Amino acid sequence: MGIVSPGFQGRPRTQEPALPPGQYLTEDFPVLSAGPTPRVSLDTWEFVISAENGSEHRWSWQELMALPQETPMVDIHCVTRWSKLGTNWQGVSVDTLLDGVDTGAHFALAHSYGGYTTNLPLDDLRGGQAWVVHTFDGAPLPAEHGGPARLLVPHLYFWKSAKWVRGLRLKTMDEPGFWETAGYHDYGDPWREQRYQGD
Amino acid sequence: MTEMSYLDGNMLDGPMRELLTVDLSSAVGRCENCGMTGSMASLHVYSHAPGLVGRCPSCEEVMVRLVRGPDRAWLDMRGTTFLQVPMPMEQPFPGPL
Repeated sequence: MGIVSPGFQGRPRTQEPALPPGQYLTEDFPVLSAGPTPRVSLDTWEFVISAENGSEHRWSWQELMALPQETPMVDIHCVTRWSKLGTNWQGVSVDTLLDGVDTGAHFALAHSYGGYTTNLPLDDLRGGQAWVVHTFDGAPLPAEHGGPARLLVPHLYFWKSAKWVRGLRLKTMDEPGFWETAGYHDYGDPWREQRYQGD
Repeated sequence: MTEMSYLDGNMLDGPMRELLTVDLSSAVGRCENCGMTGSMASLHVYSHAPGLVGRCPSCEEVMVRLVRGPDRAWLDMRGTTFLQVPMPMEQPFPGPL
């Protein structure tokens, strides 16, 4: 007879946190990057929304910080199969940034310092689903995780949450971004395991 | 005047097969962005990412992206103007007539 009681044999699967298919839980915060880390000064940082009619809306760092701040606590899911639950952020809702932008566009191409891009339906950036975040776990977002500011769209795979985000180009047609032109899915729903084109 | 005829893509199979089995580190590539021409072995490759990203060592622009899915792969070389690949001599060099 063993000395280990059944109570020490681990939690049954039914009590595991709900994860999208094919994902594993991590307590770390892995750093993924497709290039050198941009170092962006807050003095020159800006966020720009360009509407399809050519109009532009710009925010400096000070202007971003003066907007109403939100503190989403969300689960994040990377297409490389790690998921991290209950992450704490602070930033500005994209709803707030889009307020006052006159657009009939259905798509957005997020673009970043360093040249990264990713495409999303505009509806997925609205309705309290997306933020431009600058703080993680109560501290300024480190550059390796996308600071000064990154997009946060937690209901899609994390490559959609563009690091070092610089702006959104609103578009009438969907234009695939950096990974989407190299085989990754245009939408990227982790619960439907939309990793690659055609999934 | 007759139109030039063309063959279908199957014609490329043999020549491309010969080219794509080459050891890439022995190839020379030209960066589409800055024009730097050098060994592909000198690229800066970022692998902690959803795919492999090879960047020009001079301007850091992307020259190669390679994504490997479980049953498919994607290769994007739009940032590489050309690859110069060493090949075996096709036939003995003809001597002087």
